[in-house]
Amino acid sequence: MKVAICRYGAGNVRSVELALARLGAELVDDVGSADLAILPGVGSARSAMAGLSERGTDAVLRERHAAGRPILGICLGLQLALDESEEDGGVPGLGLVPGRAVRLHSARVPRIGWATVEPDGEAYWFAHSYAAETDAAVATSEGIAAIVEHGSFTGVQFHPEKSGAAGARFLERCLSRA
Amino acid sequence: MPLPRLIPCLDVAGGRVVKGVKFQGLRDVGDPVELGAAYSEAGADELVFLDISATVDAGVSAVDVAARVAEQVTIPFTFGGGIRTLDDATAVLEAGADKISVNSAALARPELIEELARVLGSQAVVVAIDTEDRRVRSHAATRDAARDTLEWARECEQRGAGELLVTSIDRDGTQNGYDLELLAQLRDAVSLPVIASGGAGNAQHIADALDVSEAALLASILHERPARLITLRDELRDLGVNLRDAG
Repeated sequence: MKVAICRYGAGNVRSVELALARLGAELVDDVGSADLAILPGVGSARSAMAGLSERGTDAVLRERHAAGRPILGICLGLQLALDESEEDGGVPGLGLVPGRAVRLHSARVPRIGWATVEPDGEAYWFAHSYAAETDAAVATSEGIAAIVEHGSFTGVQFHPEKSGAAGARFLERCLSRA
Repeated sequence: MPLPRLIPCLDVAGGRVVKGVKFQGLRDVGDPVELGAAYSEAGADELVFLDISATVDAGVSAVDVAARVAEQVTIPFTFGGGIRTLDDATAVLEAGADKISVNSAALARPELIEELARVLGSQAVVVAIDTEDRRVRSHAATRDAARDTLEWARECEQRGAGELLVTSIDRDGTQNGYDLELLAQLRDAVSLPVIASGGAGNAQHIADALDVSEAALLASILHERPARLITLRDELRDLGVNLRDAG
C-alpha cells in the first residue's frame, strides 16, 4: 500500500507519517500515483491553499478526485476540500466536496478534546474552530460533521493520527478500503 | 462539549523527567518517552511536557524530546518551556507535538501569541498563566508580571490563544484542591477551553475542577505513577465524571 502525504508547509505531517508507518504503509512522495493520498492540515485555510497551489498539489488532487482515486483529508484537510471556507474573510477551497467551512458556535472555541462520533460510537480527538457544512457528512459529533464522504474523497474533522487505538483502527480501515 | 480531559504533566529538564515542589529541589524521575507512553496506556487524554530548564539554559533540545515522544505516543501532547519565537514553535510542532505552550515569552511580547496563532492556528497555541492572588507571575513564577490574571486571560483570547493553562502557584504541589473561584471567574471571562492546574489532592478536587473547566492538569497527585491514573479515573467515574473510554 503506497501512501503519499501532501506536503505544503503545514504542521502535523510527522504525526500522520508515524501513524501510517505503524500500520505498515509504504510512504511515497508522488501524490498522483500513490494508492491513497492524504491531505493533512492544521493552521489557517488561506496559507494552506497558497501552499497547495504553489506546489501544484491542488491540481493533482482535483485530478485524483476526478479519476475516482482515494483521498483522505484530515481536519483542515477536510475543510480545504470544500468549495470555500469563511475563515479569514473567505478563502476558496479545492471544490472536491460541495459545502463550506464555517466558524463553530460551540460554547468553547476552539473545540478541543475527545468527542464521540455517531453512528460508530468511538471517541476521537478534535481540535478545530471551523467545521464543514455539507450534505456529504456521514457521521457527526455533537451535531458537527465528523466524517464526510463524496466520491473518492473521505474527510475527517478529528485527528485519527492522535486518537490512540480508535484512531489507528480508523486509519487501518481507510488503508484497507483504498 | 468534548469529554472532560485528564492531562498528566511531566516536567522535563535536560531531556529527563524531573520532580520538584514549587520549582525547587529537582530530582530525576524517569524518561519522558517511557512515562508518557505509560500515562497514555493508563488512559491519559493528553500529555503536557514542560521543559523547566529551558528558560534558564537550552540544554537538550525540546525538539529532540518532542520527536522521541511522537514516535511512541499516539495521543495529543503539548510542549512548553523556552519557546520564544515562531521558529521555535514550528520546530516543536514539526517534530510531532500538537500544541505549544508559551508563558514568559508571551508576557514579554504579547504579539507573539498573534504570530503563533496566525501561522499555526489557535488550536495549537496554549498560553500558560501562572497566577497568585489574581496576579500573573512570570519566569517560572519567580517574578510579578504586573498584570491582573483575568485581564491577561482576556488579552490572550483576543490575541488568538487557543487554550489557557492556568496554574495557581499558591496551590501548586499542596494537594489542597484547585482554586475553584478563579476557575469559575475564568470560565466567565473567556470562551476558550481552560486547563486547570495546581492543587489536585484527590478525585473530588479533580471532579470539582472539571465542573468549571474543560481539563485538569495532573502533576504531583500522580507521583509519576501511571497506575495512580488508572485508579483516579475509576474514582472519577464513581463521582459521575464522564471520562473517555480509552479502550
